[in-house]
Parts: sequence; C-alpha cells; structure tokens
Amino acid sequence: MTTIGVLALQGGFREHEEMLARLGVATRKVRRAEDLDGLDGLILPGGESTTIRRLASLHGLIEPVRTFAQTHPIWGTCAGLIALANDIGGEAPIFGGLNIRVQRNAFGRQVDSFETAITVPTLDAIASEDERGTPFPAVFIRAPVVEHVGEGVEVLATLEDGRIVAVQQGHVLGTAFHPELTEDTRFHRYFLHMVQSPALA
Amino acid sequence: MSAQTGTWRAKAGLAQMLKGGVIMDVTTAEQAEIAEEAGACAVMALERVPADIRKEGGVARMADPEKILEIMEAVSIPVMAKCRIGHFVEAQILEALGVDYIDESEVLTPADEENHIDKHPFKVPFVCGARNLGEALRRIAEGAAMIRTKGEAGTGNVVEAVRHARTVMGDIRRLQAMRPDELYAEAKRLGAPYELVKEVAETGRLPVVNFAAGGIATPADAALMMHLGMDGVFVGSGIFKSSDPFERAKAIVQAVTYYDDPAMLAELSRGLGEAMPGIDVSKLAEDERLATRGW
Repeated sequence: MTTIGVLALQGGFREHEEMLARLGVATRKVRRAEDLDGLDGLILPGGESTTIRRLASLHGLIEPVRTFAQTHPIWGTCAGLIALANDIGGEAPIFGGLNIRVQRNAFGRQVDSFETAITVPTLDAIASEDERGTPFPAVFIRAPVVEHVGEGVEVLATLEDGRIVAVQQGHVLGTAFHPELTEDTRFHRYFLHMVQSPALA
Repeated sequence: MSAQTGTWRAKAGLAQMLKGGVIMDVTTAEQAEIAEEAGACAVMALERVPADIRKEGGVARMADPEKILEIMEAVSIPVMAKCRIGHFVEAQILEALGVDYIDESEVLTPADEENHIDKHPFKVPFVCGARNLGEALRRIAEGAAMIRTKGEAGTGNVVEAVRHARTVMGDIRRLQAMRPDELYAEAKRLGAPYELVKEVAETGRLPVVNFAAGGIATPADAALMMHLGMDGVFVGSGIFKSSDPFERAKAIVQAVTYYDDPAMLAELSRGLGEAMPGIDVSKLAEDERLATRGW
C-alpha cells in the first residue's frame, strides 16, 4: 500500500494529509529521520521557510531528506518549493535537489497574495474527461517564483506575464502555489501518479 | 481569470501556513531578527509588550508606524501589528503600511465598546481574541481569518489561555453531540450566526485557524496548548522578558513541533534561565483583566 509522508515541522501539513485522505491514500507526518522509513513519496508543505530550515537542521533532517529525495518522488509547495531549490538567491539551500533559482516573497507582502487560474497541460495525464483542459485554481500566499530553471527542469505552468510557478525535474515536483487549499485534487493525483510510475522514480 | 487579491482563501490561507508555529512579540528590529533566527513563523510588532502595558497603565494605542516599518524591514517572515478594538482607522493605517496581519486586540485600550471592526472590506487579514465559541464565531462573522485565545496577556500565567482553549474546544464537542434541530437554539445561546454554528457542528473545528495566546512563558506551556488542540502559539512578554530570549524562543519553537514528546521537552526545557516573572491572575482586579475587553 502506498504511504506518502508529509513534512510536519511547521506549516500547512494538515491540508495535504486531508487531501490525500480524500484520495484514499495513507499518510504519515515526518518529524524525525526515522519517519521516512518505508515511505513511497514525500510532500514538503507551505509554511515559513526560515522556521522549516531551523527545525530541520536542529533535528537532523537535512541529510536524510536529501538522501530520500534522490530515490523517491518529492513535491514542495510554496515554502516547500523554496526548500527544494538549489539556489535561494544567495542563501544556502535547505534540502536542495531541484535545479532552479527561486525568489522568496516575489509578489510582495500579504496584501498582494492572490488567487488566479493557470493552465497546466501536464495535468491532462491524470485528468478526467470533465477536467481535461480546464484551468487550475492557484492560490499564491506570500509566494515565491522560479526565476531561473537549469538543465533537466521542465516548466509546467507560468502566469500570464510569463513568470514560472510550477516545475518538474524527473521525480521532483515544485509549485509556488497551494493546491491543498483548493477543492481541485489534480496536482495530488499527478504526484501519486509520479509515485506509482517506476519510470519517473 | 485575472488575479484577485484580498480573497478569503488568501486571508485564511496565510494563517493555515502559520500553523505549528510560534508568533513572537517584538519591540525592536533587533528583537525581530532574534525571533526570526530562533525560528518564529511571524512576529508581532509592538511599542511595548503586554507586561509593560500592564505596568505602565494609560491608554495603549497602535504602535508608531516608524517602529512597525523598522521591524518590517528587518525580517522576511510575516509581520503582524495590533490595533484597538473597533478602531478601523488604525486598521486602515496598518493596512496602508503593508503589515501582513492585523490583531484587533484587547491588549490595547478599546476604542469602541459596542462594535468590533467590520473586517470584510480589508485586504489584509485579521486575527481576533476569543474566550469561548460564541465570541470566536462572532469575530469570524465580522471577517476575522484567524482566532486566538485571549488568555491573560502580560501575566506569564497560562491559566486563562487554558481556560479559553478548553472552553472553545468543549463548546465545539458539545455542538457535535447535538441533533441538527437543536443547533438553532444553540446558535441563539452562543450569540453566533446559525450558518457558522452548523459548519462547526459538521466539521468539529473552527472554520479558521485557532492559536493559543496570553500567558505562555515556557516550552511546557506551549506544548500544553498544542495538546489542548490549538494550531500554534503566540508568545508575548514571555520571550523578551526572560533572561535568555534567544534560547527560550528556540526552545518554544521546538516544543510546538514536538509537543507530544516528553523526553524532547525535558531536553528543551533545561538551562533556559529565568522565565518572566508571573502574576497570579486571581489577584488581578476586574478592571486589570484584559480578557474581559471585547464581547
């Protein structure tokens, strides 16, 4: 049976767990290195990246998550995307593994947080007949953007102005927005599809 | 679809991303940097911490914008600021400054003894204090996107925060045990909109994130509040009124994440130095209690 871990140091981990539960998938909160044992994939939720960095390094999670991510699908949303980026605008990476440069708080402060609809053609791989081609509701909360993608990184979605907000590099997925705050399960189903496809892992 | 700012999902969503975290009161840029370095998920920018407001007396108002801006420039985590209950102009000023969350707070002297702020028209989200479910749902009806217990700020005494957390959670459990036809009368008893009462009865929790606040001074206090079902904690005077703010802040941040691990809490609680001096809340005169402000 598939079990997905959700990093539960700080942030919106409950929403990811609830979304996965709705899809009938078992989840486990990851707070210690041993919590990674036997997981099929890992989600790094939104939250405050400085808090997540502090807790992950104090509790010995940096190297174990890095090692896990080399061989298992991993998905970061918002702060989780920042945690996966190899380049955080000069700051040291948190876990790294995704060959991108991100800019934190790229849209400004909370009053600039917004919702919009984006087109994500990749999701059609798992979409139902009704969902196919429909836009995805994207919630950006003090969100980062991907400023630069390196070799091997595929851009999955951009805003109308061209800024990159969703990427994939092999079995590593990153979104600047929060699919777990919506009713739309496509991104979670897409991640489960990655977990269940040996070709991607 | 064009981008829409100030939506309910964006406002309540930020609070969802603060869950499992500690929001710390700070009065200077330097304190804000210490809080961020210690792992705070947000800071509350103030001129005086509640313990000093309590000591000095007088009318407590919104902080000087200069002070708030200095703190906003110092850190990359969200910055909250307090306005007086009912003082919507202070709230408009805080929104114009670009703060990330407004606390319509009983710690400041209320500006209106009838009305709280109509929080819906604002793009910036609000957090409000509550002592029970009815009060929490009234604030949510007015547009609050986050709730916290009132506790008794500036006392270093967790007893009131515990009382308020248990009351809110107990009220929710009672709703869940009711028949649907009893919820109408219960809404009247709570003084809260029926639609929100019905939603809580169905989901078993508040429609927004609920933090603990008011009197939390130690890692054990923070962990206790997490056990009682709170989503995270505010620490006011408890950090910068203690003898070693950085170590205490770091320990409280970890205690919120590992609240159900007593061995870890034992380790975290060692050698933190003096906690802030506490006040016996039962010895406070009625007019010295901040929690009774707001309704």
